[in-house]
Amino acid sequence: MALTRADVVHVAHLARLGLEEDELARLEGQLNHILDQYAKLAELDTDDIAPTAQTIELESILRDDVARPSLDAPTALANAPRRDGDFIVVPAIIGE
Amino acid sequence: MTALLRAGAFRAREIAEAHLANAERQNHALNAWLSIDRERALGEADAADVRLDAARRSGPDAVAALPPLLGVPVALKDLVSLKGGQATAGSRILEGYRAPYDAHITERLREAGAVVLGKTNMDEFAMGSSNEHSAFGPVSNPWRLDAVPGGSSGGSAVTVAAYHAPLAIGTDTGGSIRQPAALTGIVGMKPTYGRVSRYGIIAFASSLDQIGPFARDARDAAMLLHAVAGRDERDATSAPVPVPDDLLHLPASDDEAAATLRGRRFGLPREYFVAGMEPGSERRIREAVAALEAAGATIEDVSLPHTDYGLATYYIVAPAEASANLARYDGIRYGFSRRGGDVLADYVATRGAGFGAEVKRRIMLGTYALSAGYYDAFYLKAQKVRTLIKRDFDLAFASGIDALVAPTSPTPAFRFGAKLADPVAMYLSDACTLPVNMAGLPGVSIPCGLSDGLPVGLQLIGPAWSELDLLRIVRGYEAVTADATWRSLEPAELALADDPSGPTPAERAAAARVGTAR
Repeated sequence: MALTRADVVHVAHLARLGLEEDELARLEGQLNHILDQYAKLAELDTDDIAPTAQTIELESILRDDVARPSLDAPTALANAPRRDGDFIVVPAIIGE
Repeated sequence: MTALLRAGAFRAREIAEAHLANAERQNHALNAWLSIDRERALGEADAADVRLDAARRSGPDAVAALPPLLGVPVALKDLVSLKGGQATAGSRILEGYRAPYDAHITERLREAGAVVLGKTNMDEFAMGSSNEHSAFGPVSNPWRLDAVPGGSSGGSAVTVAAYHAPLAIGTDTGGSIRQPAALTGIVGMKPTYGRVSRYGIIAFASSLDQIGPFARDARDAAMLLHAVAGRDERDATSAPVPVPDDLLHLPASDDEAAATLRGRRFGLPREYFVAGMEPGSERRIREAVAALEAAGATIEDVSLPHTDYGLATYYIVAPAEASANLARYDGIRYGFSRRGGDVLADYVATRGAGFGAEVKRRIMLGTYALSAGYYDAFYLKAQKVRTLIKRDFDLAFASGIDALVAPTSPTPAFRFGAKLADPVAMYLSDACTLPVNMAGLPGVSIPCGLSDGLPVGLQLIGPAWSELDLLRIVRGYEAVTADATWRSLEPAELALADDPSGPTPAERAAAARVGTAR
């Protein structure tokens, strides 16, 4: 199931990745080469095998619902590229 | 070093200054550091000296009660948050970002008295096996300056191999501590998943990432691991498993260390001696196994039949998790930002310009593997095969062996550019390490000699939570090979890094690419 150029463009859109023409061309070849390697997994019958998402036995850890100190607003906003006081500036989404 | 510091033979400031001098003199040629904070480091060293002086005045009990790493320099991979310091993760998209808080391990290192010298170069977002995928240029291997140091923690490995720091922190998602440790001739350990809190570490693949130490020997690695390991409630995957204090008490005498190898049972997984393995590397591994046998251990052939599926499984699971983790780089809240017009266009433009080629490749793979219609065929299938890989290890350890003994890397350090054009060939560099991450187990790479002048790494893999036992075995191996000639060899081209007019790693890499094109 080879990926076409249109598939690569679609996946790039899903991933919100802006790619140049030469990148799309290179990725089409490389992704197909890598996907070929994945075919190896089809050799294995895994119908009765449970998936592993987590290797150590962990219990859910719950904590009391108590407010605790966190980063203050100036610290939390210090890395924002565009700011107006305590707000992050983004292009208008509604009301244009 | 700690003994000399405590005895007053050296001041922490002298030790920090000596390492900083090496780092500042040679970084032009090695590019192992992304930032060196001399002022902060010397401040921390001075503070350590004040405490050392006070303790010496109070007597031996006060000296014995000092934290273990007091005054010892440490290098941090540049994805560890250090409040107010840069944390680029080797990516353009985090250029200019300053961490607003300390990572858990940064806090722990402070408590242990360590002196942080700076942040080390790395493959972008820890994706890579050669450290050629950093947005800030490649890192050179001090054993051969036109060869890679391994990745993704290549910068951290080189700081230790080149005597810029006695200890360094790395992260290992598919071999990123063990493989560069092997290629630069030092000790590097990936602990059990959950052993070290990942709070404050920039994420790559959350079910695989683990933080670990680089050091010159087992005892130093054990001290650094002891300092950073243990439960932290801010990381839900950090396990409530006690950290053995015996990590601070590995045998000092070679006789005692060698004795711990007697009666041990080691498994030799036949699948790890892959076709295409470099013959010199295989010879060194077989010699190391023979040395363990000569010390009184028994070696048993074992089979881990699903090893061959590790690569495909890893390159589905890791990119899938990465594509989710890296969705947060939107150009709005922090880091690099590029305008595209509306919010979506800003997002697309920022990510397109901010991420490098390898990161884009993996985001694309991960997005595809998780996309509608392919989830079952790729991601779910891979998670099931992951169960089979883990089961192979469980069965091997259930038979009573203490550890598996294997190569860390199929080849020693390769030249810049040698595998860049073929991602699959590059990914094969991690074939011997990534099954360990898939199973969440601890593994350590230790030097076991040279092939054609380049270091070869021996990998030891243990059951979950067996770090202390693994490091005891490593200490035993160090004892029985203490007189080996290769132990006294220095990185062959390190002295060349002193030349301020010599080429940078980026220039060496460019020259290598021209060479391959011909």
